[in-house]
Amino acid sequence: MNSLRNIWHLGIKELRSLWQDKALMVFVLVAFTVMIYTAGSAGSMELHNAPIAVVDEDQTVLSGRIINSLQQPWFLTPDLVAYGDIDDLLDKGSHTFALVIPESFERDVRQGNPVALQLNIDATRMSQAFIGTNYIQRFAMAEVAEFLQPGSSASTGLPIELVTRVSYNPNLDGTWFGGVMELITQVTLISIILTGAALIREREHGTVEHLMVMPLRPFEIMASKVWANGLVVLLAAALSVTLVIQGWLQVPVAGSVLLFLLGALIHLFSTTAIGILIGTVARTMPQFGLLLILTILPLQLLSGGITPRESMPQLVQDLMLAAPTTHFVSMAQAILYRGAGLEVVWPQMLALMAIGGVFFTAALLLFRRHLSV
Amino acid sequence: MTETVARLEGVSHRYGETDALSDISLTFPSGCMVGLIGPDGVGKSTLLGLLAGARELQTGELQVLGGDMRSQRFRNRSAPRIAYMPQGLGGNLYHTLTVDENIAFFADLFGLRGPSRKDQIDRLLEATGLLSFRDRPAGKLSGGMKQKLGLCCALIHSPDLLILDEPTTGVDPLSRKRFWDLIDTIRRQRSGMSVLVATAYMEEAERYDWLVAMDEGKVLATGSPAELREQTNTETLDDAFIALLPENRQVQESGDTANAAQREPTGENQTPAIEAEHLTLRFGSFTAVRNVSFSIPKGEIFGFLGSNGCGKTTTMKMLTGLLTPTEGEVRLFGEPLDAKDLATRQKVGYMSQAFSLYGELTVRQNLDLHARLFHLPDTRIPERISVLVREFGLEDVLDQRAGALPLGVRQRLSLAVAVVHEPELLILDEPTSGVDPGARNRFWQLLMRLSREDGVTIFISTHFMNEGERCDRISLMHAGEVLACDTPDRLVEASGTDSLEGAFMKTLEAVDKEPETGADQLALEPASHGDRPIVFSPRRLLAYATREARELLRDPIRMAFAFIGSALLMLILGYGITLDVEDLSFAVLDRDQTPQSRDYIAAVSGSRYFLQQPELQNIQELEQRMRSGELSLAIEIPPGFGKDLKRGRPTEMAVWVDGAMPFRGETILGYVEGMHISYLTELAQRTLGVVPTLTLVTLEDRYRYNQDFRSLDAMVPAVIPILLIFIPAILMALGIVREKELGSITNLYVTPVTRVEFLLGKQLPYIAFSMISYVSLVLLAVYVFDVEIKGSLLTLTFGALLFVTATTALGQVMSTFASTQIAALAATAILTILPTVQFSGLTEPVSSLSGAGALIGPVWPATWFLQISRGVFTKGLSLADMQGAFLALAAFVPVLTVMAVALLRKQGR
Repeated sequence: MNSLRNIWHLGIKELRSLWQDKALMVFVLVAFTVMIYTAGSAGSMELHNAPIAVVDEDQTVLSGRIINSLQQPWFLTPDLVAYGDIDDLLDKGSHTFALVIPESFERDVRQGNPVALQLNIDATRMSQAFIGTNYIQRFAMAEVAEFLQPGSSASTGLPIELVTRVSYNPNLDGTWFGGVMELITQVTLISIILTGAALIREREHGTVEHLMVMPLRPFEIMASKVWANGLVVLLAAALSVTLVIQGWLQVPVAGSVLLFLLGALIHLFSTTAIGILIGTVARTMPQFGLLLILTILPLQLLSGGITPRESMPQLVQDLMLAAPTTHFVSMAQAILYRGAGLEVVWPQMLALMAIGGVFFTAALLLFRRHLSV
Repeated sequence: MTETVARLEGVSHRYGETDALSDISLTFPSGCMVGLIGPDGVGKSTLLGLLAGARELQTGELQVLGGDMRSQRFRNRSAPRIAYMPQGLGGNLYHTLTVDENIAFFADLFGLRGPSRKDQIDRLLEATGLLSFRDRPAGKLSGGMKQKLGLCCALIHSPDLLILDEPTTGVDPLSRKRFWDLIDTIRRQRSGMSVLVATAYMEEAERYDWLVAMDEGKVLATGSPAELREQTNTETLDDAFIALLPENRQVQESGDTANAAQREPTGENQTPAIEAEHLTLRFGSFTAVRNVSFSIPKGEIFGFLGSNGCGKTTTMKMLTGLLTPTEGEVRLFGEPLDAKDLATRQKVGYMSQAFSLYGELTVRQNLDLHARLFHLPDTRIPERISVLVREFGLEDVLDQRAGALPLGVRQRLSLAVAVVHEPELLILDEPTSGVDPGARNRFWQLLMRLSREDGVTIFISTHFMNEGERCDRISLMHAGEVLACDTPDRLVEASGTDSLEGAFMKTLEAVDKEPETGADQLALEPASHGDRPIVFSPRRLLAYATREARELLRDPIRMAFAFIGSALLMLILGYGITLDVEDLSFAVLDRDQTPQSRDYIAAVSGSRYFLQQPELQNIQELEQRMRSGELSLAIEIPPGFGKDLKRGRPTEMAVWVDGAMPFRGETILGYVEGMHISYLTELAQRTLGVVPTLTLVTLEDRYRYNQDFRSLDAMVPAVIPILLIFIPAILMALGIVREKELGSITNLYVTPVTRVEFLLGKQLPYIAFSMISYVSLVLLAVYVFDVEIKGSLLTLTFGALLFVTATTALGQVMSTFASTQIAALAATAILTILPTVQFSGLTEPVSSLSGAGALIGPVWPATWFLQISRGVFTKGLSLADMQGAFLALAAFVPVLTVMAVALLRKQGR
C-alpha cells in the first residue's frame, strides 16, 4: 500500500519535472505531430515520381503512346535524350531508368515480330528499380495490345487471367504506412529518451542519492519513472493517432484505436525499461547519447517497419524476436491496417509482456546494484 | 586611489521577472583590493559577471579599464587585461585535464609563447605549491588546490584587473589562509593590479582595502572596513552590515547570536544515537577513510571539521548507508545499520553537500512530496508544512521554483525537507557552505532548537570555525583519519592557542606541511598586451582543439562506443536492412483440386520468393490468416480451372496480396505477374511444343552498377553516411552544451578566443575522430561485406571529410539552441533520424519525394554524401563526374558554420 503511494507520488513528481522542461516538451510535441506528418506525407506511393529518360529512335505513334503512358504519379514526365547521354544520366543519378525504343519498333509490332525494349536501370535504387520495371513492362504491354486491337487489354488475351486484389491498402498508398511506422519509431525513441534522461538527470543533480536515504525501494523509484514517462508518451501517441494520422493525414484506420493504444501501453513497459537500463549503464549524457543511437537504430530499422522482416538473415530475424519493436510493428500493422482484433494479436501482446518483464527485471537488478555502490 | 578601474552608471540587470541589479552607479578605485559583501542572491555575482564581460550589459553604462564594455571591439581588446574566476570550485577548469594541461590551455588562449611562457607557468606553479601536482587531473585536486589552480590560470597573462567570485567558498580554513597569503604576495609584486572579490566571509572582508555592501540589487554603502564600522558605530563588519540594512530587514537579520544553553548531560547508560567502529573505506588502492571510530549520544550536536577531501562526506555517506564500509561497523540507535531497512531511514534526515532537491518543483511541492514519501498521514501534511514554512522562514517563496532561489534560502529548504518527518537523527554535510552570515545564523538557531528542544541528534560537517564552536563536540579530520575529537573548549586548550581556528590550523599544519612555495620570488612578467587584438589566431583554435581531443581521449567509454558502436551498427544494418523481398509465405485455396491446379501451385512454391504454408479450407480462413499477417499472399483457384484449361477455354484465378506494407505489396505484385507469364509460356511450350507470343513487347533489363541486384551492394554504401551523421552530430552537440552545463563556457566569454576559433577548435577533434570511424567502416565494407570500391578511395575519403565536417557543424547548430544536454540529445536525435532515414535517398531517390520530404531532401547533407558514396562504391565515378554533389556538400560547411557562429553567444545573459 505504502509502496503504491510512493510510486504514485514519485510519478507525479516526474510529471511536474517534465512539464517544467519546456524545450523538451516542445520536442515531444514536434516528434508526435510534425515528424509524423512529414514522414507520412513524404512517400505517398511506392513508385512515385520515378525519374525516367527515354531514347525514342522510332519516333512513331506507338512509341509516342508508350512514352505518354509513363506518367505521374508513378513517373516524372519522361525526358527525351540521345542514346549517348544514358551513361551520364545514370551516373549522375538524375534518372533511375533509361528506356530505349529502337528504330522500326512500330513496324515490327505491326508485322507481329516480337521486339525487346532496352531498359537501363540504376540498380542501386533497389526498390524503385524493381517495382518500376514491372510498371514499365505492364504499361508497354497494355499500349501495344491497345494499339493492335483497340478496346482490348493486355491480360485478356492470356489463357489464364490473373485477377489481383490488394488487401488492406488497395492503392498501396505509402502515406498509410509511413505515418504509422514513424509513430512507432517516435513512441520507442521518446520513451527511451525521457526515462533514461530522467534517471541521468537525477543522478547528475544528486537527487538519486537523496531518494536512497528515504524509505523508498529501487523498485518504487523505477516504477514511478516507468508509469509517468510512459503515460506522457501514451497520451502523445493517442493524440497523434487520432489527430495527425486519422485527421491530418486522412489514413483510414481499419481496427480499433483503443486496442492499438493498449498494445502501445504494453510496448512502453519494455521501452521505458530499456531507457532505465541505458540510463543506468551510461555515466554521462554523451554516453547515454551513444548508447541510445546504438539501441534505437537496430530497433527501428530491423523491426520490420522499414523493410520486410522475412527477407532478413535468419539470425537477425531470430535476434530481433527479442526486440519489443518487432512485435509492436507486427501488431500495429495487424490492428491498424488489417483490422485485426484481440483474437488475432494476442500472441504479440503476450510476447511484448514477456519481453517487458525481462527488460524490467534486468533494469531493476542493474539499477539496484548501481544504487548500492 | 584616485584612479578608477571601473565605473558603473545606472546599471540594471534582470533575469526574466527578477531584478538582479537595480540602477547601480558606482566607481571602483584602481590598484587596490575591493570586496563585494552581502547576503546570497543580492547581485554580487551578476555585477562581477558584467565587469568581466561574461554577461551582457542590459541597461546603463559600464566602463572598465577606461573603455566601454558594450563594445565588442573594446572587450576583445581588453580581454587579455582582465582575469575572471567564476563561482564554484574550479568552475572554469577542465576536470579530466591535468594541472599542466589546464594552464597550458589558458596560456595558449592568451597567446603566451617562447621561454617567458615556461617561466611564467613554472613561477605560478611554484608560488601556488602545485609544482609537485603537475600531472594530476584537476578533478582530483582538493577544493583549495582547485582554487589555486584557477588562480594560476587567471594570472597566467598578468592581468591588470583580477575578478574573483567567492573564491574561498567551500574551502577549508587552512587552504583559505594560504590562498589569501598568495593573493597578498602577488599584489605586493604587482602593485598596479586591481582585485575585485565577492565574499560571504566577513572576516576575510576585513583585510580588503575598500568594500561595497550590497543588498537586494542595490548598493548600501561603500568605504574601507574601518569607515563602514565607524559609520555604523559597530565593532565588527558583521554587525556593521546588519546595521546598514533597511530597518525592516534588520529585525530579521539580527537575533540571538549567543550560544544556546549547554546541553543537559544525559544518562550515561543510554544507547548512543550513532556508534562507528573502525570504519574504513577503500576505493581500489585509495583509502578514503581509515579506521574512524566515534560514539555520539542522543541529542548531541557533533561537528566534523577538516580540510577539503579529507573523507568527511565519505564517512557521512557510510552513516546513511549510501556507502558500505570496507571494514568496521555502524550502529544507529544500538542497531547495526542495514541499508535496506526502510524503518531506519524513517528515523534519519540527511542533507547532502550539493543541493539535492528538485529545482524544477516549487518549495511547496518539494515539501509536500517529501512529506508524502515519508508517509505522514494525509491529514497532518498541511499542518506540518505550514509549521515548517513558518519555522524556516519560507512563507514568501512558497510557490517559487526551488532552483531559482538564492543559495541560503535553498539550504533552509533542504533542512526543512530533511526534518519533515521529525527524524531523531540529522546528518548534515556542509549545510552552510556558501550561505551568508545572516542566513547561517538563523540556520544554527534552528539546529539549536531541534537539538535542545526536540532532542534531535545532529551530525554536521562545516568549514566555519564559529559554527564548530557551537557544537557540543567536534572531531578534526585529515586525510581519512580523525586527528582529535573533543569539546571545542578542550581542543583549544589542548592546542595551546586561543581560538578554535588556531587549534584547527595547528593540528592540521602538524600533519600537512605546506608545499614549499616560492611565492616571494614571484615576479610576474608584465605581459606585452598588443594594442590590436588578433582577429583570428590559429594558436587559440589549436588550444581548443587539443583540449577537446584530450578530453575525448580520456573518456574511454565514449571512444569505445564510437568505434565499436559504429562498426557494430554497420554489421547489424548491413546484414539486416535488405531490399530483397524473399521467403514470402503464401497459401492456396484450391477449389479445383485437379492436376492442373496442383501444377500451378507447384510452380509458385518452386520459386525462391515464396514459401508454401498449409492449404486454406475456405474464404474465412483466408481472411483470418491474412489479417494476422501470417500470409503475404493467397491464391484462389476456382472450381473448373483444370477443365477449362484443358479445353482451352479462358479461365481465371484470383490472388490476394497483403498491401499493409506498400513496398512489399508492390514487389509481390511484380513477382506474381512475372511468374504468371512465365508459367503460361512454359505451359504452352509443354503442351503445344512451341513458344507462344504472349506479347510482342518485352523489356531487356540492364541492371547497372549492381548486376546481381544484391542488396548488400546497394545498402552498405548507404549505411556509411547514416552512421557518419548520427554519432558525430550528437557528440558534437553534447560537446558544446556540456560546457554550458558545467560552466567552462565562461572561458569563451572572458578570454580573447573568438566564436569561430572556439567552434572550429572544438570541431577538429570530432572530425578526426569521425574520419577514423569512417576508415573502420570502409574496411568493414570491403573486407567483411565484400563490397567492391569501383571508384577512387581518395574521392570517397574527400567526400567523407566534407561530410563529417558538415555533420559536426550540424551538431554545433543544434547545440546553440539547447541549454541542457538532454534537450540537445533529444533535438539532435529527433531532427536527424527522420530526414536521414527517409529523405536522403536511402530507399527512395530524392527526386521521387513529395511534400516536406522533397523540400528537406536536397538541403540535407546525407543526401549528397549518399550519392557520392554510391557513386564511388557501385558506379566507379570520379570527382569530376560528381562535381554537383561535391559542391552541394561543400556548401553545407560554410552555411552551417556561419549559422552556428551567428547563433552562439559570446556573452552570457
